[in-house]
Amino acid sequence: MTEKEHIIIESGDAVQPFAYSVGMHGSKFFTELRDNRRFMAVKCPKCKKVYIPPRGVCGDCFVEMKDWLEVGPKGVIGTFTILRFAFIDPETGAQKPVPYGYGFIKFDGADTLFQHYISVEDESKIKIGARVEPVFSKDRKGSIRDIEYFKVID
Amino acid sequence: MAKRVAIVGTGQTFHKSHRPDVNGQELINEAVLRALTDADLKMKDIDAIVIGNMDHFEGINYVDCWSVDGSGGTMKPIIKLTTGGTTGCTVAIGGYHLVGSGMFDRVLIIGWEKNSESDTTGAITTAFDPVWDRLVFAGAISGLAAEAQAYIARYGASERDGARVSVRDRKHAMNNPHAQLRKEVSLEEVLASPMLADPIHLLDVCPRSDGACAVIMASEDVAEKICPKPDWIWGTAARHSYSYLGDDDYGRLTSMREGSQELWKKAGIKEPRKELDVIELYQPYSFGGLIWIEDMGIVGPGEAPRYIWDGNTDMGGELPINPSGGVIATNPIGATGLIRCAEAAMQVMGKAEGRQVPDVNFAFSSGFGGCWWTDMILHGKKKPK
Repeated sequence: MTEKEHIIIESGDAVQPFAYSVGMHGSKFFTELRDNRRFMAVKCPKCKKVYIPPRGVCGDCFVEMKDWLEVGPKGVIGTFTILRFAFIDPETGAQKPVPYGYGFIKFDGADTLFQHYISVEDESKIKIGARVEPVFSKDRKGSIRDIEYFKVID
Repeated sequence: MAKRVAIVGTGQTFHKSHRPDVNGQELINEAVLRALTDADLKMKDIDAIVIGNMDHFEGINYVDCWSVDGSGGTMKPIIKLTTGGTTGCTVAIGGYHLVGSGMFDRVLIIGWEKNSESDTTGAITTAFDPVWDRLVFAGAISGLAAEAQAYIARYGASERDGARVSVRDRKHAMNNPHAQLRKEVSLEEVLASPMLADPIHLLDVCPRSDGACAVIMASEDVAEKICPKPDWIWGTAARHSYSYLGDDDYGRLTSMREGSQELWKKAGIKEPRKELDVIELYQPYSFGGLIWIEDMGIVGPGEAPRYIWDGNTDMGGELPINPSGGVIATNPIGATGLIRCAEAAMQVMGKAEGRQVPDVNFAFSSGFGGCWWTDMILHGKKKPK
């Protein structure tokens, strides 16, 4: 049997027009990140849990959260992995460069985890509980990419 | 007054990595015809249909209508349910509610996926929040790796403990002609396979598959006329708890703990380890086979590795897990949870052939997916009170 050719549909240089709103809480978070390099979280008035990313309602208590506070910028690695297989990034359509560190950062003062890159320059230092700090982008635009990555500082 | 509900027939495809010989509707039809044959029913006997898949895999968003040539749903009430990885268990729970309501006596439930038709990891990534989750998230494997890493750090488990679970499931798959991957592997082969995302090796994780599954549920008014020994549904529970991936307590599956506690209470189960006879767990990677049975209360926190090394979850052990080979052997994602349900039903009905566990009174099946969600069903031989 001869090998059949697949029909490949590509969008070429065409841009996919996704334009996501970040919402009321996201707007405050990203404005503070861009202008002041500060990480803003919200606290549940009932269970006192500190949420980052910030959002309007504590899912455990079903109460509205209005108390903003600054967390970090330093923290520890809550958990992590190092991605070693190449795969398509649906945001760009390109292969994501591997290896890369995928960190769940527990900011000082926060209770939930914040996802971002961890530098894998020295893999031996990447451990749960290791202290980290963010490296900010020089040109900040008010997005998650205003942080380039987190690095281990121990 | 709610009706008791039983499974009276099941059917599934012979799952493969690629089924270019059939389209989606034809794939669905294979499972539907087998379920109808198993229950000795005709399509005209079916009162309503529940169907589900993870629709961004195939890019077809009106699956309920599109699928009718395969599902047989023409001029019947049909609804699509889709909840990510938990879809296959969600459609079963949805069917249970439809029959339990008393409005439909016989409901056909379908889960399916043709994962070969798109990029699985890319599609999974688009299930998550575009602002907060997608920058670093890399499909299912990345999140599972972060869970395994946290469990290892918290309880001192090892990569060998995970590999032992994979060896078990891949061995069990040898007994299941429907499984996609039917090849025994050794502990050393798992540990020597390529590292995908620390600490997960290639042989620790599931494949992606093309496959479909169908289950027929019937109300207590007709169930025993269709099938003398049906599989009675004793209860269901679902927990879809989190908004963002960073909200989870990594190293523990909170949705499994909370859901199973609810299920044991509903069914009067006091000691799940002693009272359950078999488990079909939606366990897409080896470490889930350690962590999640602790959250079910089968053993205590950190005790799963010892329990599994001692052979308790192997065929012939105290509480066999995944006699079918489980998700590590076969994963057509939207069908996967329903395959667990069908396999558990077959165990209760005594129809599991080469993978039958003797004398099953209670069986447990689950679905896993989304943002650390778990859905579950308790199956029993006796009619619930």
